[in-house]
Amino acid sequence: MTAELHLLTLTQIAAGLRQSEFSALELTELLLRRIEASDQSLNAFITVTAEQAMQAAKRADAERVAGRGGVLNGLPLVHKDIFCTRDVLTSCGSHMLDNFVAPYDATVVERFANAGAVMLGKTNMDEFAMGSSNETSFFGPVRNPWDLERTPGGSSGGSSAAVAARLAPAATGTDTGGSIRQPAALTGTVGLKPTYGRVSRYGMIAFASSLDQAGVITRSAEDAALLLGVMAGFDARDSTCIDHPVPDYVAQLSGSLKGLRVGIVRQHFDAGLDANTALAVKAALDVLKAQGATLTEVDLPNLDLSVPTYYVVAPAECSSNLSRFDGVRFGHRAADPKDLFDLYCRSRGEGFGAEVKRRIMTGTYVLSAGYYDAYYLKAQQVRQLIAEDFRKAFSEVDVIAGPTAPTPAFRLGDKTDDPITMYLNDIYTIGANLAGLPAISTPCGFADGLPVGLHLVGPHWGEAAVLRCAHQYQLQTDWHLACPEAFR
Amino acid sequence: MNRNWQVVIGLEIHTQLATRSKIFSGASTSYGAAPNTQACLVDLGYPGVLPVLNGEVVRMACKFGLAVNASIARRSVFARKNYFYPDLPKGYQISQYELPIVEHGELFIQDDDGNEKRIGITRAHLEEDAGKSIHEGLDQYSGIDLNRAGTPLLEIVSEPDLRSAKEAVAYMRKIHSIVRYLGISDGNMQEGSFRCDANVSVRPRGQQVLGTRTELKNLNSFRFVEKAINYEVQRQIELIEDGGSVRQETRLYDADKDETRSMRSKEEANDYRYFPDPDLLPVEIEPAVVEQLRASLPELPGAKKQRFVREYELKNDDADILTASRALADYFEAAVASSSAQAQAVANWVLGDLSAALNRDSLDIGDSKIPASELAGLVDRIADSTISGKIAKEVFEAMWAGEGSADAVIASRGLQQITDDSAIEAVVDAVIAANPSQVAEYRSGKDKLFGFFVGKVMQQTGGKANPGQVNAILKARLGK
Amino acid sequence: MSLDKDQVQHIAMLARLKLADDEFAETVQKLSRIVAFVDQLSQASTDGVTPMAHPLNAIQRLRADVITEADDRDHLQQNAGAVQDGLYLVPKVIE
Repeated sequence: MTAELHLLTLTQIAAGLRQSEFSALELTELLLRRIEASDQSLNAFITVTAEQAMQAAKRADAERVAGRGGVLNGLPLVHKDIFCTRDVLTSCGSHMLDNFVAPYDATVVERFANAGAVMLGKTNMDEFAMGSSNETSFFGPVRNPWDLERTPGGSSGGSSAAVAARLAPAATGTDTGGSIRQPAALTGTVGLKPTYGRVSRYGMIAFASSLDQAGVITRSAEDAALLLGVMAGFDARDSTCIDHPVPDYVAQLSGSLKGLRVGIVRQHFDAGLDANTALAVKAALDVLKAQGATLTEVDLPNLDLSVPTYYVVAPAECSSNLSRFDGVRFGHRAADPKDLFDLYCRSRGEGFGAEVKRRIMTGTYVLSAGYYDAYYLKAQQVRQLIAEDFRKAFSEVDVIAGPTAPTPAFRLGDKTDDPITMYLNDIYTIGANLAGLPAISTPCGFADGLPVGLHLVGPHWGEAAVLRCAHQYQLQTDWHLACPEAFR
Repeated sequence: MNRNWQVVIGLEIHTQLATRSKIFSGASTSYGAAPNTQACLVDLGYPGVLPVLNGEVVRMACKFGLAVNASIARRSVFARKNYFYPDLPKGYQISQYELPIVEHGELFIQDDDGNEKRIGITRAHLEEDAGKSIHEGLDQYSGIDLNRAGTPLLEIVSEPDLRSAKEAVAYMRKIHSIVRYLGISDGNMQEGSFRCDANVSVRPRGQQVLGTRTELKNLNSFRFVEKAINYEVQRQIELIEDGGSVRQETRLYDADKDETRSMRSKEEANDYRYFPDPDLLPVEIEPAVVEQLRASLPELPGAKKQRFVREYELKNDDADILTASRALADYFEAAVASSSAQAQAVANWVLGDLSAALNRDSLDIGDSKIPASELAGLVDRIADSTISGKIAKEVFEAMWAGEGSADAVIASRGLQQITDDSAIEAVVDAVIAANPSQVAEYRSGKDKLFGFFVGKVMQQTGGKANPGQVNAILKARLGK
Repeated sequence: MSLDKDQVQHIAMLARLKLADDEFAETVQKLSRIVAFVDQLSQASTDGVTPMAHPLNAIQRLRADVITEADDRDHLQQNAGAVQDGLYLVPKVIE
């Protein structure tokens, strides 16, 4: 039994712990060994918190034996290195913060810890979450467990690779334009991005404040539901976190898809979508239909503008959010500055990588005098149009289904020359961020031996609907159980 | 005033709001703590932290808006003003730009000719204060203290309706008085709780188009506002009359040299790139809340002044000064309430000897060594002729020195006025008898000598004889 | 629309970013590409459309005016590159 522990989902681990089939410490030690063994090949972690993890596992075991413990007691997970963790390096994948020890815990980290979860480490990511391939990380790219020459997606690439490689049953991620869902799709894992405002952003290093949302990468929709129930809910420290009731997401997984109205966006299957990916997604839609869902076409007329809209709004917000990194209070500080201006320009010039600098500069440009109306304001208006398109669509359907990413995992280095080619990876996912909608990616097959994701988007606060849809789909299929050969 | 040039001034007053905690964090706002001990994660702009708005700040801004007859925005929005400076930890200041919380207010001042003049208030918006840079004793470094960062500020922007440094000061005093009345700011200028920037330009009289303005930064006393503006107006006029032109720039007033100079550090192209702060949502204020706040407003200086003139029949100027500070007005009213003398007599003492004593000892009215009721007791003893005005000054000083109430001082020092006609007559007769030659001179027409006799009588009575009676009796006895 | 070197220089100045020479040339080219890409937005007809700053139509919550933060200076300054007597140090600022 114990040799297979790493293959268990959170829900299975919880059951095993309850029945004392194994201990949290045993499981933790196994996963730490797997993390160590994979370090060379995957580069999924920036920090492994082995010592703290074993302490936490021991505490969890003691709680369990005493008949106490939270809902996640003893369950291992890893955090994307964008979440502040007290007294642990929190680098955000950047040279800027490669010496930054956060003095506090993010709300998400705190809630998981309070529920008894065991943090194994902090995962690699695109620098400041800006990237779709994990290649912008200061700590080097993460490799896809399905093919080490390929990307695990980004920006939550360390999280997706860790879960896919069975180094951890679950990981946190953040999703600003698809950074949870695209890596999940490219690694055959489940990625959930909740409604904007569903989960506190406190302690999550900001990229684009009106788009960022914390979520999870797991191996089943059931696990995602379990974790969402813990991380979601009001937080007084985040003004944009909404005081909206948190339902029992696990309880709402059951129930057939009969009568579920699934919207299909015609534009999603236009040119640009890889043919084999399209086949896998269409097959998945057929499964939903077979389960009783009705498929109808919906129109999102402004969808083609979502990527350019995003690449104005997100850089604008990031240019301002990242101004705090000036070498004075934390983060990289240039040596021997000759004056204040030099301290700023060199600390930032040295501390940030190329993509981050480009986005800061794009954002600075679109907000600057003379360009604000043409770019920033215009993008805010188009954002409204896109959100309106979704509102209309959700008056007719319960969920919108389609591909998560236009292609399966591409080769490292393939898209680094042209930023636009890279940006277009997020063409199907960005809309949900602009409109603040919940969405999930669930494995739905393979294209050329690489995982493909099915993307399900719901209306505001519709997490239960997309989770149920994904869960019911998973009951009929076994794509989410597929494990890369080298990591069985 | 210059006959050829018209001066145009607009003020931006920054007033710190007297909240316990900061505008977006739970750190204390108290003044004078050790550096950076009141700068929490949010104030330091730590990665990952977020602002949450202090509700008291919103209520205070509304109160101010209502006090200056402004409209309170049903919906206002916080924006980021982006620039790099060491005292600005996030690299942006959270402020309000397009939709401020208060707009279209007004207040009235006396202009240079003594007429009432309306000054428009364009807007008042909420923002966070910056930290402080310390330059002394750190060699080639500046030290940054972020205790002040995040202290709530209300920036009050006037229309360019002010036409002289004097008007600017009168306006600033009015605002100062209002924020203190409302209890929304301590108005402490030494501690920087109340400071202003002045936009100053000049134009030939009759010209409609405004001249190029300069912005004078960080004027933190009424005197500096007046001096800086006067200097700047003169500088601009001389510059133009010499054939030059004014450059739009930020200038710093140097109080030591009494001059303004260009701030080169602010000269580089600034582009603040304002945009709505995505970490904060629009602030909505329900009309019912506004009405509640309106009902809670205290009587404001303008209304109080009108009432003092009407109810107490005070002189206009006296009412103005008494109502400039709520504490002073309250003291006055308390004194009037326990006095049977005329209110104007009480006002004279409050504005005269009492104010002088407070000034001399650098005390606020709240720390007066003579409580209002006891000052009333003193005024009453003058009114009922127990003591003369002159003796009263001695009594006042004794009271100030802690010798007790007016009655106690009068009794212990035996200062009660002599009002018995026969007693005064006896002294007068003695004086006349003792100075025959002066009496002869007086009677032969040397009227000026009358004062000599008064002095002698007062001298012999220790100043306690009632002056009116002394005059009357002397006149009668000396005959003529 | 493409950006010229002067514009990129100006943006880098506003953003306080020092770029190495080779990095600068690449930045000019890539930024131009990005700007040309987002120029697509000009095609959208947005007359009378309210700009959307937030995905949710929510309003700001107000915090009670209570002091909740205690002094944690020494801990917080451990991340700073240069401090003295509790002050953060920067090269001398001249006003």
